Amino acid sequence: MTLPDTITGWDWRASAQRIWFLMRREFLAIWKDKRSRTVLILPPIIQLFVFSYAATFDVKNATLGILNEDNGPAGRELVARFSASGAFDPVARLTSVREIAPLIENEKALAVLHIGPTFSRDLLGARNTGRTAEIQFIVDGRHSNTALIANGYAGNIVEEFTASYAASQPGAVPRMMPRLVTHAWFNPNFESRWFIITGLVATLTMIVASVTTSLSVARERELGTFEQLLVTPLRPLEILVGKILPPAILALGEGILLALIGITIFGIPMRGDPLLIIAGLAVFMLSVTSLGVMISSLASTQQQAMISAFCFMMPAIILSGFATPIENMPEWLQVATYANPLRYMLVISRGVFLQDMPASLVLANIWPMAVIGVITASAAAWLFRNRLQ
Amino acid sequence: MNAAVTFRDLRKSFATEAGSTVALSGVNGAMAAGRVTGLVGPDGAGKTTLIRMLAGLLTPDSGSIELDRTARVAYMPQKFGLYEDLTVEENLTLYADLNGLDRTARETRFNELHKFTNLGPFTDRLAGKLSGGMKQKLGLACTLVVAPNILLLDEPSVGVDPLSRRELWQMVRALQETGITVLWSTAYLDEAERCDDVILLHDGAVLDQGSPAKLTERVDGAAWRALLPESNVRKRDLQRAAGRLPGVVDAQIRGRYLNVVMGQTGAAPDLSPIPALKGVTAERIAPRFEDTYLAALRGEGRATALARTHPDTPPTPKTNGVGQPVIETRDLTRRFGDFTAVDKVSFTVSGGEIFGLLGPNGAGKSTTFKMLCGLLPASGGEALVAGFDLGHARADARGRIGYMAQKFAYLGHLSVMQNMTFAGGVYGLSGKLLAERIEEALTTYNLHSYTDTPCSELPLGIKQRLALACAVLHRPAILFLDEPTSGVDPITRREFWGRINAMADEGVTVLVTSHFLDEAEYCDRMVIIYRGRLIAAGSPDEIKSAGGSKDGASLEEAFITLVENYDRDHPP
Repeated sequence: MTLPDTITGWDWRASAQRIWFLMRREFLAIWKDKRSRTVLILPPIIQLFVFSYAATFDVKNATLGILNEDNGPAGRELVARFSASGAFDPVARLTSVREIAPLIENEKALAVLHIGPTFSRDLLGARNTGRTAEIQFIVDGRHSNTALIANGYAGNIVEEFTASYAASQPGAVPRMMPRLVTHAWFNPNFESRWFIITGLVATLTMIVASVTTSLSVARERELGTFEQLLVTPLRPLEILVGKILPPAILALGEGILLALIGITIFGIPMRGDPLLIIAGLAVFMLSVTSLGVMISSLASTQQQAMISAFCFMMPAIILSGFATPIENMPEWLQVATYANPLRYMLVISRGVFLQDMPASLVLANIWPMAVIGVITASAAAWLFRNRLQ
Repeated sequence: MNAAVTFRDLRKSFATEAGSTVALSGVNGAMAAGRVTGLVGPDGAGKTTLIRMLAGLLTPDSGSIELDRTARVAYMPQKFGLYEDLTVEENLTLYADLNGLDRTARETRFNELHKFTNLGPFTDRLAGKLSGGMKQKLGLACTLVVAPNILLLDEPSVGVDPLSRRELWQMVRALQETGITVLWSTAYLDEAERCDDVILLHDGAVLDQGSPAKLTERVDGAAWRALLPESNVRKRDLQRAAGRLPGVVDAQIRGRYLNVVMGQTGAAPDLSPIPALKGVTAERIAPRFEDTYLAALRGEGRATALARTHPDTPPTPKTNGVGQPVIETRDLTRRFGDFTAVDKVSFTVSGGEIFGLLGPNGAGKSTTFKMLCGLLPASGGEALVAGFDLGHARADARGRIGYMAQKFAYLGHLSVMQNMTFAGGVYGLSGKLLAERIEEALTTYNLHSYTDTPCSELPLGIKQRLALACAVLHRPAILFLDEPTSGVDPITRREFWGRINAMADEGVTVLVTSHFLDEAEYCDRMVIIYRGRLIAAGSPDEIKSAGGSKDGASLEEAFITLVENYDRDHPP
């Protein structure tokens, strides 16, 4: 029998080697299993195609900035109609054209109603000047569907306004009718697919990553292989790294694949730096896999783990801004979304794809995901040893 | 004799990734009405396939099954589908509902079953909280809800301790008295001996059938025993030497005796080549059923495993650390809520020892084992392995031990080679050294033909070999084995213990848990844990005399006596 005379301290090379062997095993475990292999590849791609054609939206209380440069009664009346419509929630009164851009870019408002200084005059004097009264409507094309619908509502309001204006002005001719001129920023053609696909890139990779990881520890507990891991020299932290990295790497690859499909097949622009998307996805995947491993360590059976993963995924998608704007949610629910990594990833994804979001803003959305990852990963590592029957 | 079930020329193959495997190749047989027929064979022999055919759950590729017109067949699968989150009563009700038993008949039937199984006091307990033996009894009760006249039991005693095993047998005998025909499948040959008739299955074919007495008669004159003289030669060394004598097919230690089975009947073994047995003569004894089986298989040259596992070169025992305390527990205690699973257990294991941790299911031996391995924190006391508490020890302290779990603990989708690479890699082996060790293990454990086979497709015996090979790739000084041979056929078990003995000879300390008491004969020392307490400790002989057994008696009898005495002195 040989026992060590001295037990040496932490040896990073030995540690790295153990992690390496564990990671190889994890990759093999995912890849060799025909079921997990198919789950990993096919469904996300199919879902990307199906979902990108499927969703429609309804708009209530869309945030609206108002810039009324007209002093006449027509401008006031039009503003009153927008405010009372229920479709729009006037959140800001602007005083100059320069204020429009920051309002939209920072997503403070979905749309801006711009009534020019000559609106009332043009409306009255149209017969003489030949100029048509114009109303500018600027919408945020990143939220294409919402914007499209908002635009439709705006059109209706202007139409009603015109009808009642014409009724009050006997002898009015159609030429006098005011014209609504819409400018959709970031997504000029209201491609709703742009909005959906940039969201799906983040959402589908999250689903893949959390399903793969949520089963990993629970399945091993059921099979009894987890105890075998715990008696080896592997430390909890090493097991954690070995469990988190392989699915995170696979899901990252998946995310990049989906993004490429979006760009090549659906023609999504890549206005920002692709590296920012990859950096964002990488941190996002690490936070999601950490969360998945934590869920898996909490569960004692695969069934429990699967149910818990779904209990996490559904609210995570709904409370992310994927389909409905977070600003439309009640205040207390908005607070809850800060714990949701998908929320940040959606901002990065849409921002970088459609808007050339600056690195500083991307970073501001990366660090909260990193914090979520660190917290859940620590919890998972603690649970490895402390949640034994 | 009236046959309740007759089957002729049953054949069945299953498709696998590698092609197809033949599960049954032309099986003929019958179950005599009102008798207990044993379906005996190692894992993978085709027992479950045959039973499922008889139960009507599988269609044979060809062949026929004849059942009596009045037959009501009930089938209890190996892993009975108890709902662990339902109570005993709810499980029974569920099976009564499934079988459409009406409510008035139900009450009387339940009362009979409660009385019969002694589960009466536990009706409100969750099935998941029952011990292995009690689960099996509940499974049997659920099967009996329909009052069958043919009962098919697939390995009912796997994972069941000796006490519960005896109770199950009593229950089956009681059923038989009411006229029920029973089929009991098992890999344990001592159980086969208790049946009225036996069908011996091996590799999908019937090796032999008839009453155990008749089958045993054939090897009459092949079984011998010799009283071992007092000496300081280790018993397992004697066993190894005897196993290599010419004409010997099997050699086992039974207490103070060496039992030998010869390949030919009539001739006594010549023990004179063994120095320690000079002048000892063997006396002829009545053969046991197991001997028939071994003689049948080894005689045909089908199993030569033992020869391989007993190397010709005598081992050179390493003295390093031998005799020093290596594993120590002091007042080790574990509580779950207000239930004390392990209560102040203290024992010491010395280097180079094979040490048995024995006890019925649910007695606390697995809990003790887990605390020793660092898989479960202790509530009190200490468990030290090579001076470390493995739960908090540094990685390299855990690197000194090898661990083989009760359930096969390697990923099924990975190949033998991939799992071995991982098993060596996490213990710090890499590159050339790892490749060498794997190559060596593939040879020693005869796994070369399986290197690329996914582990889930391996037969149980091979899985067992792989698990042991993986556990010792890094040459641990201490080896933990949790129920290593449960459900394994006798030849694989002998092979397994041959390897364990060889490792102990090299100075490896082995701690093994088992509820399989004839295996405990291989241990140098052992403790028996019952109801969380250590109730006996010592060598096999010491345990037997503590249990008041006579010479040559089995450890199992001593064990049952010790447990019953404990229950009498410490009423729950």
